[in-house]
Amino acid sequence: MSDQKKVKRRDFIFTASTVVGVVGVGAAAWPLIDQMNPDASVKALATTEVDVSSVQPGQSITVLWRGKPVFIKRRTENEIIEAKSVSLNELKDPQKDEDRATNPEWLVMLGVCTHLGCVPLADKGDYNGWFCPCHGSHYDTSGRIRKGPAPTNLEIPKYKFVNSKTIMIG
Amino acid sequence: MSEHEYQPKSKFGKWFNDRLPLLTLTNHLTDYPTPKNLNYWWTFGGILTFCLITQIITGLVLAMHYIAHADMAFNSVEHIMRDVNYGWLIRYIHANGASMFFLAVYIHIFRSLFYGSYKSPREIIWILGIIIYVLMMAAAFMGYVLPWGQMSFWGATVITNLFSAIPLVGEGIVTWLWGGYSVDNPTLTRFFTLHYLIPFLILGLVVLHIWALHIPGNNNPVGIDIKKPSKDTVSFHPYIVIKDLFALLIFTILFAAFVFYSPNVLGHADNYIEANPMVTPAHIVPEWYLLPFYAILRSVPDKLMGVIAMLSAIFILVALPWLDTSKVRSAVFRPLYKQFYWILVADVLILGYVGAMPAEGLYLLIARIGTAYYFAHFLIILPILGKIEKTTPLPLSITEPILGGALNAEPARSKENSQNL
Amino acid sequence: MLKFVKYFSLIFFLISCNIVSSAENAEKLLKTDWTFKGPFGKFDRASLQRGYQVYQEVCASCHSLKYMSYRNLSEEGGPEFSVQEAKAIAANFEIPDGPNSDGEMFTRPGRLSDKFAMPYANEQEAKVANGGAYPPDMSVLVKARKGGVDYIYSVLLGYEEPPQGIKLDDGVYYNKYMYGNKIKMPAPLSDGLVEYADGTSATEKQMAKDVVSFLMWTAEPHLEQRHKIGFRAIVYLIILSILVYFSMKKIWSRIETEV
Repeated sequence: MSDQKKVKRRDFIFTASTVVGVVGVGAAAWPLIDQMNPDASVKALATTEVDVSSVQPGQSITVLWRGKPVFIKRRTENEIIEAKSVSLNELKDPQKDEDRATNPEWLVMLGVCTHLGCVPLADKGDYNGWFCPCHGSHYDTSGRIRKGPAPTNLEIPKYKFVNSKTIMIG
Repeated sequence: MSEHEYQPKSKFGKWFNDRLPLLTLTNHLTDYPTPKNLNYWWTFGGILTFCLITQIITGLVLAMHYIAHADMAFNSVEHIMRDVNYGWLIRYIHANGASMFFLAVYIHIFRSLFYGSYKSPREIIWILGIIIYVLMMAAAFMGYVLPWGQMSFWGATVITNLFSAIPLVGEGIVTWLWGGYSVDNPTLTRFFTLHYLIPFLILGLVVLHIWALHIPGNNNPVGIDIKKPSKDTVSFHPYIVIKDLFALLIFTILFAAFVFYSPNVLGHADNYIEANPMVTPAHIVPEWYLLPFYAILRSVPDKLMGVIAMLSAIFILVALPWLDTSKVRSAVFRPLYKQFYWILVADVLILGYVGAMPAEGLYLLIARIGTAYYFAHFLIILPILGKIEKTTPLPLSITEPILGGALNAEPARSKENSQNL
Repeated sequence: MLKFVKYFSLIFFLISCNIVSSAENAEKLLKTDWTFKGPFGKFDRASLQRGYQVYQEVCASCHSLKYMSYRNLSEEGGPEFSVQEAKAIAANFEIPDGPNSDGEMFTRPGRLSDKFAMPYANEQEAKVANGGAYPPDMSVLVKARKGGVDYIYSVLLGYEEPPQGIKLDDGVYYNKYMYGNKIKMPAPLSDGLVEYADGTSATEKQMAKDVVSFLMWTAEPHLEQRHKIGFRAIVYLIILSILVYFSMKKIWSRIETEV
């Protein structure tokens, strides 16, 4: 009886030491892992303001935001009509143009191909939109994927018009 | 002792082990017969392994954020301290870890000196240890340069200038070390490269150090040869492992106290001022662990001789197994050596103290006496002592004092060590 | 084990003696009751906010804080201004930016992500404006001076008439605590120099304490987190040590019966 008790106590102390030890090693590992996450200065640079007053209809500019290119395109009437006229059934990743460009004149999106991250070329491809030269993905005038290996449309970042001339991304 | 001898059971395990006996190597390590009377001074080998691994891991992490460029190094360190997630913690562990590493290595070395662990048949272990120690100093020195503070810059200038003492080629060597006409960006980048390399050299040497240890086995506080395995030994696992672990935990409490509550107390305030080649700090001192050698360097009025004295102070240790002529290992049975041992400890501490003081007046005089005594200890006292000292009788085995009652007072104390767990 | 602990603490004691003795200062520094000292020390938020005010109104015209960003002012463990307040503070400063699409540099109101505005364009300009002396950057100043916060506090309050026999050049002042006793910065603080929004009386001592607390924070922005994690880590290590100690006793008891 007392022998059994002894065994139990021994088991308890070994188990307790092991459990507490493992918890500690885990806690100590966290800072070593977390240090690779974006640091405070990177997180602080999450927004950028862009002056778009000089962009003419049909033109687009590319700005850097969080280290990635952002396409800001001022679309022509034709391009807007083309984008709106597409039936959702034809799309691989169905999305209305209104949901992608709240102000139809301005299309703001990440210039990163959703396939493997290359930068698509403007005014190229079968749909008058963008074409990714890496693996041949075609995007339309709303930046939606139409043909090729990319699974989804070009991503729209969070942005807003601060005033009629300035867009704040992020 | 081989109560749980491991043999691979799975088919793959057997197949693998036949080709690379890694799995049965663990048998050797766990069953490795270790003297059962090892006291806590023997736990510092494990503590040092912990220190090395901590330094490598935290160093690796810091290298992900540090920029080795004269214009950006100081800035990137501040970036680590302020913005990188837990950067302050990792850097403070690395900086204080260096001090903890040296504290442990000094205890390890002085343990060896006290119990005669450097003597036959363990000379190679000892010499490998000295090489590791020298590499540690090199790594620590170059690591201290990387934050590119005032002490970094001027410490690098002073230490690299030591090479200019070499006749004829000295100046050329210094220019070659610098990669320019002063300590500058090329110096910083090469120091960073070497600082990154050396710990892995140390790791390799540690493997050799342990390999060489496992041939004759551990020395022990009584210092006599023991039969292995026998009643005098225990298997390394779990007996020594758990004891090493306990000592390590106590050590980490001290470590944590420095890291969290006085992270800068072992450093120097001037190193928080960015390097400026136009202004020298009023008082250049190395980190505490190099102070005794710094004192020896400054105690010699001649430039070349000072450098030679400093280097000799380190490398004389290589000859120690042959300078000490006594047949008895442990100071426990050497009443005279024991006293000289403590005088040497005091001498090194005093040298460390005067190394931090300005090199003038009384301090300089003390440094000179201390230096002279340091060399006298190894070159005169030890060889003579081995011949004239009357040692007290050695027990026949380490269990003997326990079984047969105390032969004399000293073994009785080592018994107290072994039982006071 | 006792013997081991005894020696170990002796070595530790000797090392700390060495540190303490080498950190000794000639003149006894003034002390005050810093809230951030000790293992549980924390910053006094109100004091840090007042300290920022003193820095901004008194020091910032010459001394930069180049490693600080405006976002830091609202971060945890600091003065903890609200994000809105910190944004408003940042917007008060004109920050150089550019080049714009015309290739020209311009200035714009500060944002949270910006570093603190610099008082001078470069070191040479700073020197010319200050009689040849370069006002040091204050981001890590308290860590860069022996004596730390006590030293900076003492220097701020250490201005005196020079003792007889000491002749000072123009633009050089006598300071009891300054290294070498000569300082090119005129006494920066005087009673009532700033007006605290929270009604605290702006005595010289109060301002010195506030601004030095603020500088301690700029030098160690993670001090509170460090103290907090440190306490947990050490409690954890002590608990684990005790558990491992009893595990060890258990394991070694197997062979003590064998012997």
